[in-house]
Amino acid sequence: MKELSLHILDIVNNSITAGASLIQVTIREEEESDSYFLLVTDNGKGIPMDMLDKVVDPFVTSRSTRKVGLGLPLLKQNAERTGGFLHIESVVGEGTTVTCRFELKNFDRPAIGDISGVISMLTCSFTDIDFIYSHSTKHGNYVFNSREVKSALDGVPVTDPSIRKFLIEMIDENLTEIKINR
Amino acid sequence: MTKIKSLADLRKIKEDLQEKIRLRENADQPEKLVQIKVGMATSGIASGAKEVMNFLIEELEKRNVEAVVTQTGDMGYCFAEPTIEVILPGQEPVVFGNVNVKKADEIIEKYIKNGELVDGIIPRNYETIDNK
Repeated sequence: MKELSLHILDIVNNSITAGASLIQVTIREEEESDSYFLLVTDNGKGIPMDMLDKVVDPFVTSRSTRKVGLGLPLLKQNAERTGGFLHIESVVGEGTTVTCRFELKNFDRPAIGDISGVISMLTCSFTDIDFIYSHSTKHGNYVFNSREVKSALDGVPVTDPSIRKFLIEMIDENLTEIKINR
Repeated sequence: MTKIKSLADLRKIKEDLQEKIRLRENADQPEKLVQIKVGMATSGIASGAKEVMNFLIEELEKRNVEAVVTQTGDMGYCFAEPTIEVILPGQEPVVFGNVNVKKADEIIEKYIKNGELVDGIIPRNYETIDNK
């Protein structure tokens, strides 16, 4: 996968499969330490201890439809390629946090891609799940909260195509405002 | 400088929409709409399912087809990603494989609009290679 936003879509799908009702995606760009952090935190069922070391093995998956699971291994590979890492913390019954570090200025750091499209796609597809996406740079911090969006809509379905279009534009404009690295 | 969009703007467009939605008779009866699920697991994402989903949402709106497009997990057809499942009102679900934007266009024009079957259907009784 070439774009970070596609990795995010993929990892968030793990959280959804784990039954999460709240999923937080956090990106922090830290120029002083040349770091680009990505965190995906959920309140899903968690990963048992004995499975935790194995989830980054491509030949391990919890599903039964097939025998490989490439989501986390591909992200890990991409992070390590830029001198970063991927780390998973999980407590059964409480949730999981995937932390990823990329070198900010590394040539191999995947571009973020269509993050506004991914976040609005998730918000409109999984209306029972709350998504919080926050992105911080030295120019500021933007937080998108699907709960606030739904309460502002006051009953109008978030799935309406014009809402989706609006959300994409809103996220995009706010990210441009804080000058994220694309 | 133009003002960036915020939740306050969302509240404004909500008012217009409420009116529009009231006029739409099928809004509360999803079973009367075309339902499409796009397979969005690692294999689907890597082979372009997101573009296909965006295309479907935008084109169905432009072509005035009332539809609900959502994403789903893996359907077990990794060899044929991106896959989509289409349920026409009152009919059995049909799964199409290897759906790129061009194929999606054909599915909208032929299957969704006219009920004509197109190439690329994955038979329902097909199981994954593992189970053979």
